[in-house]
Amino acid sequence: MHTRNTSLAAAGVLLAVGLAVSSCASDAAPGASPETLVLVTHDSFNLSKGTLAEFTKQTGIEVEVQALGDAGELVNKLVLTKDSPLGDVVFGIDNTFATRAVDEGVLADYASKDLTAAEEPYLLPAGSGLEQLTPIDNGDVCVNVDHEWFAEAGIDEPTTLDDLVKPEYKDLFVVPAANSSSPGLAFLLATIAAFGEGAPGDGGWQDYWTKLVDNGVKIDAGWSDAYYVDFSGPSSEGDRPLVVSYASSPPFEVQEGDTEAPTGALLDTCFRQTEYAGVVAGTENTAGAEKLVDFLFSTTVQNDIPESMYVFPVNAAATLPEGWSDYAEIAENPFVVSPDDIDKGRDAWLTEWAAIATP
Amino acid sequence: MLGAGVPLAFVGVFFAWPVLAMVGRGLFVDGALDLGGFSDVLARPRTLRLIGLTIGQAALASVVCVLLGLPIAHVLYRLRFRGRRMLRALVVLPFVLPTVVVGVAFRTLLRDGGLLGSLRLDGTFAAIMLALVFFNVAVVVRTVGNTWEGLDSRQEEAARVLGAGPVRVWFTVTLPRLAPAITSAASIVFLFCSTAFGVVLVLGGSRFGTIETEIYLLTTQFLDLRAASVLSVMQLVVVVALLLLAARARGRRTAQRRVDAADAVHSPRLGDAPAIAVTLLVAVFLALPIVSLVLRSLHTADGWGLGNYIALGGTGSRNALVVPVWVALGNSLQIAVQATVIALVIGLAASLVISRRPRSPGLRRALAGFDGALMLPLGVSAVTVGFGFLITLNQPPFDLRSSPVLVPIAQALVALPLVVRTILPVLAGIDGRLRESAAVLGSPPWRVMRDVDLAIVARPVLAASGFAFAVALGEFGATSFLSRPDRPTLPVVIFRLIGLPGGDNFGMALAASVVLAAVTVAIIALVERLRVGTMGAF
Repeated sequence: MHTRNTSLAAAGVLLAVGLAVSSCASDAAPGASPETLVLVTHDSFNLSKGTLAEFTKQTGIEVEVQALGDAGELVNKLVLTKDSPLGDVVFGIDNTFATRAVDEGVLADYASKDLTAAEEPYLLPAGSGLEQLTPIDNGDVCVNVDHEWFAEAGIDEPTTLDDLVKPEYKDLFVVPAANSSSPGLAFLLATIAAFGEGAPGDGGWQDYWTKLVDNGVKIDAGWSDAYYVDFSGPSSEGDRPLVVSYASSPPFEVQEGDTEAPTGALLDTCFRQTEYAGVVAGTENTAGAEKLVDFLFSTTVQNDIPESMYVFPVNAAATLPEGWSDYAEIAENPFVVSPDDIDKGRDAWLTEWAAIATP
Repeated sequence: MLGAGVPLAFVGVFFAWPVLAMVGRGLFVDGALDLGGFSDVLARPRTLRLIGLTIGQAALASVVCVLLGLPIAHVLYRLRFRGRRMLRALVVLPFVLPTVVVGVAFRTLLRDGGLLGSLRLDGTFAAIMLALVFFNVAVVVRTVGNTWEGLDSRQEEAARVLGAGPVRVWFTVTLPRLAPAITSAASIVFLFCSTAFGVVLVLGGSRFGTIETEIYLLTTQFLDLRAASVLSVMQLVVVVALLLLAARARGRRTAQRRVDAADAVHSPRLGDAPAIAVTLLVAVFLALPIVSLVLRSLHTADGWGLGNYIALGGTGSRNALVVPVWVALGNSLQIAVQATVIALVIGLAASLVISRRPRSPGLRRALAGFDGALMLPLGVSAVTVGFGFLITLNQPPFDLRSSPVLVPIAQALVALPLVVRTILPVLAGIDGRLRESAAVLGSPPWRVMRDVDLAIVARPVLAASGFAFAVALGEFGATSFLSRPDRPTLPVVIFRLIGLPGGDNFGMALAASVVLAAVTVAIIALVERLRVGTMGAF
């Protein structure tokens, strides 16, 4: 049995250890060592083992990865810690949050010197990120359809956003909420691009959502909830054959030996998310940080992106893995809302959306 | 002094400072205090609805948990039957399951066409309530059970001999002695529920907002720190009001005789039938989502089998993970042990101090305030604390923002109130005369502490360590915020797996949840085994 004295002594030791560890930790803090760069990113960041080691081999600089939540949280954390940055390089700011990051001044001016004319479609407008952000990958958020369900039911599959409000698709559609899920937000933006802004009653996106709600759309809190609980696809248990997910989801449903994907993406319903990398303002190793941005854009990383993050590389010189293009489709004319408009409109849109969709 | 100093410093540095800094960010504009946000935010009808719903759901869930938890505590801690130790460990199981997994399990049962789909509960307030009770009923069972176990049953027997019926005995003899433990448990449940986040969003289908979900949205999506700060202050007001209420209710402490548990338990008899019936019903309710989870984890693309469990040795379909799930489990265990040690050391020191009854009213009030301060981390948004970490712990000597020590510290912060609330009712119930007689007989103060306080507290300390361990193991909110990508914990890995398409990853997420729960139960059962014969002297 311990006496009170030993337990207090233990507490003292613990605190001392904590302080000692903390002083060690400060040695590894962002920027303190020129030989280590901290790459801050979102939770979905992933590269094959050894890819980042390649950067160390080329430059002698180690990379430490710090995940900071989803894309929105990532940007907000950078904004809050502007005076004492969390890292040297950021990856994962997307076109829905780019303007906030740029306007708040969390990024240093640098876009990869290796960008070519081929990547121009992905570049942000001048003054809104062109100078600070380098495109790295992109992916479409689209309505996914369960082919098997529609074949069995003998109903034609919908193809457009307008189809989704028709009576034959009543109670068949499930979406993750726009205010707590990033694919949910992307789908809301697709409808805003498709139907335009306007007061309720004149055919704008608000009216479309009212019709969706009247047609029995189910709103779930998150993507996993919508996809795994309510969607009827092969790895799900639900009874709704239409769900908002990624254009890259169908390849995952292909079982070994199958030649056709049991689900597909409706390519006329897509919103394109492009993810960017940039140098964090205030880094003490600007040269190294710029090299890391170049490296993320290099074919070493770009070739690895499809298999590790399930999105398309932007670098025109990158090669897609074999078989990838058989099932992973890409929308020819995705819906677009400019990053500036998103930044200006987002808060009001989400508030209006919540009033319509989750009364 | 040191006894109060260490816990105060801990909570001060790792909780109060980050929260105040974060709230300050929203309330100070260009260096000047701007309280205009309060009138703005509080004038919105939405805000009042959020506050009402937060209090309503937490209060209702606390009441339901107490009503269901008491009979179960009686059965598991006062009746003698085979397997009760195992059942005590099993009760904790829901507590460690990741919210996102339980959300999926509940929704699978409740959705149209699900096993319980005919109840039409999907997306309703009742569904949220079910899940809150599922997660928290163990808090009541264990907190109250630990006190109940050592209560001398001769007082009840005396009352019965004197002609009191069972109802009267319960209300006049048993209940008053359990009251401090019940209040403790209910306040913990209230705090957990008022800050519940995933459950409210997932089961309410985004339709129900609480202060907590709103702070999350305002901070992580809208970056509206002003409104978030106002709501954080409102959250603090609600929590402090609750703690004051609870302190008042606990105020009248009754000294009680404690006995060896072996003397207090009895074999089940007819009078225990209602309690046993409630226990069985709740057991079915707790088991349903868990069984459906286990079944689904055994379901693979090629039919039934252990495929999902075998896959845990790898890194998921198309390398979804940085480390295999087993490695993440190892990380989790290691970090949870560290967190448990921190929470126990600090919780025990704090409990010993709080259990004193100084004669000066000022000191007594100070102690009550100290007691409340330790509870606050449960009632304040993890988002506020987490973002607060980022803007405060960035300079020496607390340059910890990217340090691995923050993970066990954050987990310990959540476990600390449970440790204090498990140990304190027992310590506070020690008859002061025991200490006095020991002192009169010539024991120096440290010996009184050792032979009286610590001897009695050994059993609840073991119970608290099991509980703290479970909480640390299952903690997700703060851990996901702080853990390093190369050293993820199991709940973090599960969250990642369930966020990716493909049957393999989903199956692995479920299998990993089952493993997490099984490991926790095994460890708690082991700790329970250690709890023998520590009370002999009394």
